[in-house]
Amino acid sequence: MNVLESLYGTPLGKKAAARLGLAEPPVLRRGRELPRGEIVLATLPGGGVAAEALALLGLSPIDPLLDLPERRTTDDRGRPQPPRYERRPGAVVIDATGVREIAQLEGLRQVLRPAMKGLEASGRVILLATDAADVSDVEAKAVAQAFDGINRTVSKELRGGSTANLVFVRAGTPASDLCSTLSFLLEGRSAFVAGQTWRVGPAKAGDAAGAEYDPARPFTGRIVVVTGAARGIGAEIARTFARDGAAVVAVDVPAAGDALAGVANAVRGSALQLDITVPDAAERIAAHVATVHGPQAKIWAVIHNAGITRDKLLANLDEGRWASVLEVNLAAEMRMNPTLLDPDLPGGLGEQARIVGIASTSGWAGNKGQTNYAASKAGVMGLTWAESAELPDRPVTANAVAPGFIETEMTAAIPFVQREVFRRTNALGQGGRPVDVAETIAYLADPASGGVDGQVVRVCGHNLIGA
Amino acid sequence: MPERSAVVVGGNRIPFAKAGTKYAAASSGDMLTAALDGLVARFGLAGQQVGEVAAGAVLKHTRDFNLTREAVLGSALDPHTPACDLQQACGTGLETVIYVANKIRLGQADTGIAGGVDSASDAPIVVSEGLRRALLRASRSKTLLERLKSFASLHPTDLAPVPPGVVEPRTGLSMGESQALTTAEYGLTREAADELALASHRNLARAWDAGFFDDLVTPYLGVTRDTLLRPDTSAEALAKLKPVFGGENGTMTAGNSTALTDGAAVVLLAEEEWARERHWPVLARVVDAQVAATDYVTGNEGLLIAGARAIPVLLERNGLTLADFDLVEIHEAFASTVLATLAQLEADGHGTVDRARLNVNGSSLAAGHPFAATGGRIVATLAKLLAERGPGSRGLISICAAGGQAVTAILEAV
Repeated sequence: MNVLESLYGTPLGKKAAARLGLAEPPVLRRGRELPRGEIVLATLPGGGVAAEALALLGLSPIDPLLDLPERRTTDDRGRPQPPRYERRPGAVVIDATGVREIAQLEGLRQVLRPAMKGLEASGRVILLATDAADVSDVEAKAVAQAFDGINRTVSKELRGGSTANLVFVRAGTPASDLCSTLSFLLEGRSAFVAGQTWRVGPAKAGDAAGAEYDPARPFTGRIVVVTGAARGIGAEIARTFARDGAAVVAVDVPAAGDALAGVANAVRGSALQLDITVPDAAERIAAHVATVHGPQAKIWAVIHNAGITRDKLLANLDEGRWASVLEVNLAAEMRMNPTLLDPDLPGGLGEQARIVGIASTSGWAGNKGQTNYAASKAGVMGLTWAESAELPDRPVTANAVAPGFIETEMTAAIPFVQREVFRRTNALGQGGRPVDVAETIAYLADPASGGVDGQVVRVCGHNLIGA
Repeated sequence: MPERSAVVVGGNRIPFAKAGTKYAAASSGDMLTAALDGLVARFGLAGQQVGEVAAGAVLKHTRDFNLTREAVLGSALDPHTPACDLQQACGTGLETVIYVANKIRLGQADTGIAGGVDSASDAPIVVSEGLRRALLRASRSKTLLERLKSFASLHPTDLAPVPPGVVEPRTGLSMGESQALTTAEYGLTREAADELALASHRNLARAWDAGFFDDLVTPYLGVTRDTLLRPDTSAEALAKLKPVFGGENGTMTAGNSTALTDGAAVVLLAEEEWARERHWPVLARVVDAQVAATDYVTGNEGLLIAGARAIPVLLERNGLTLADFDLVEIHEAFASTVLATLAQLEADGHGTVDRARLNVNGSSLAAGHPFAATGGRIVATLAKLLAERGPGSRGLISICAAGGQAVTAILEAV
């Protein structure tokens, strides 16, 4: 901690920072917590799937207030104001899946305007729309893209830790396949996911959550392998899956074995000391699973979290730093998946399974000094899309998260001013926590998330860079 | 009751570190707990109950009267796991394996953890006998005057602390001095001792490089490898070292004698069928064990070569010869201890041990020797080596101990 950082932490420093426009960021709602306020549901013409999904979740939404000229009031300076909710709602869900015309976008404006300053802290705006790929005429395709602009801007205008996200619902998606996504977005689990867009479709045949599925502990009786689990985000992933019922297999390099044992024992899982770049890494993971859980046991989800950085400007970057980052962050994962997916491998992935990779906003937007890292992390996205496309008939999903600025030991090493800039340059005005990444991964790996496949979800608080 | 057998399922230790260095601030309890936690994590035993945990330490504080049970309570094991301390000098670790294996064979437990720990850094330092007696007298005193009188007989030298002695009480000789007598008696050369030390370092380094210890060691306090290991040492480097025991012309140097070491090691044992039902690895069966002692006090026998007495008994009882063993582990207290033990066995008509089968992944000269932890290190290493060689592979262990004793055992892969 340097002098500037110490000063910044004092009451006087905080006052000065506030003067400069650096207010204390809002405390985000986290965990399996629904909003306290009501959930508002606006079903625009042609929609309906959201109402069905909310009913399946046991939630009773209220009707929206609409910003129609006749409903406006005037404030004490005579300016027209949109109607106001009596009690601040916790979330606004807009089902725009039937919207195909530019003129119909006015319906979104009418719902959103009263909500923009009317939501409770850590509120939610959730837009549901139909993907451009599933509509035929030119206007509908243009409109589908327009939602993206609306979502990103709403996300930037919302305050108090509130977020906006857009879900493209593919044609033929039953409400049951939308539930895990709506639940994730409404709850505190999605605290640091803002301004994002991803797609939900119908789950593949055989990819149902099953009769014993408990949405509060979705991984009960399931084995989840987490690589790079000794510390930071990986340790938090292990804890989050364990909280949600999983038997965690924590994997990390032998040199991190003591911290790894601590994590594994704390979550009552098991530890495997393994360098994932060895050729038989997948076999050794499977062998460990078979030893600890029996040869009939299968892995439900593998979370490829292990990653390293070897930052240098490209002008100074040698082949060693180049290769090691690509090897650990991308090649190892690519090698392991086909072996783990082999149905004949005892202790491998089950017939129904989840694969989650860790990309990065560096992979999306680039980052000075991280050519190797950006290559590996953008590569993870490509790998995710390719693997998802390669398994059309097996109830396996492949997805990735792309963390932005997350408060970890690794990012604590970034110089203070730079770190503060990273923290501030997102819509939520703060860094994310490891648990925010972990919650998003757990959502993607949820047995009820079969309809979420080939997606890369950013956990970046709607970072302005690469947004 | 059907016949029961005890098998080694796996093991875990922390890297061994030179005394007074990386683990200087760690207590025996800390290290034993760390070794246990690594084992628990490897086999996913957090929150589970194990039949019994037996471990011990040679250098022990009085506060550590319940060292193992305290380590269990500090670990991730179910607190209902019972534990006890055992002590058999440097044979402690192997003796705990025998104790747990016997309980398993007798049906008194299905699983157990055996092991040991020692901290030469955190060795107990006691007050002088004079001061100790004065303090005890004072505590019995009823009046202030009596209490003051208790200290009247104290001599200034009584106030100096007394470090732990590693001398044999009956001969007043240290381990090294005792071994120097044996070395001279057997006419063991400096070259032979250095050769054994060099092999120990090379073998241990090769095993580390091959990842052999990836599932046998959990790093501790930032240490990821045994710190006494010198992968780059050479015959020339060893030859340059000055003798430390046996006088000016002695052959025993710091290079071919074990250094004071801190560390802990544990072994997971289970009944064979019990382990198979749970798909646990069945590395090797604990076949038999034997302890023997020499009449070292009279000087007729060496202090540290009781292995040459115990092994023949084992061989006889099991109908085996030295040639029947694929691997032999003789604890390297000193290089010359190993050489003298082998020489005595040969002299007694038991033949010799092929060096290619002896301490193949290194031993105490390279790894270090935290007294009570050595047995756990050797048992886990040998069991894994035997399992790699396949069913029927047989291994022999001999660990010499203070008091002229040695603990020996046979393991066999199944």
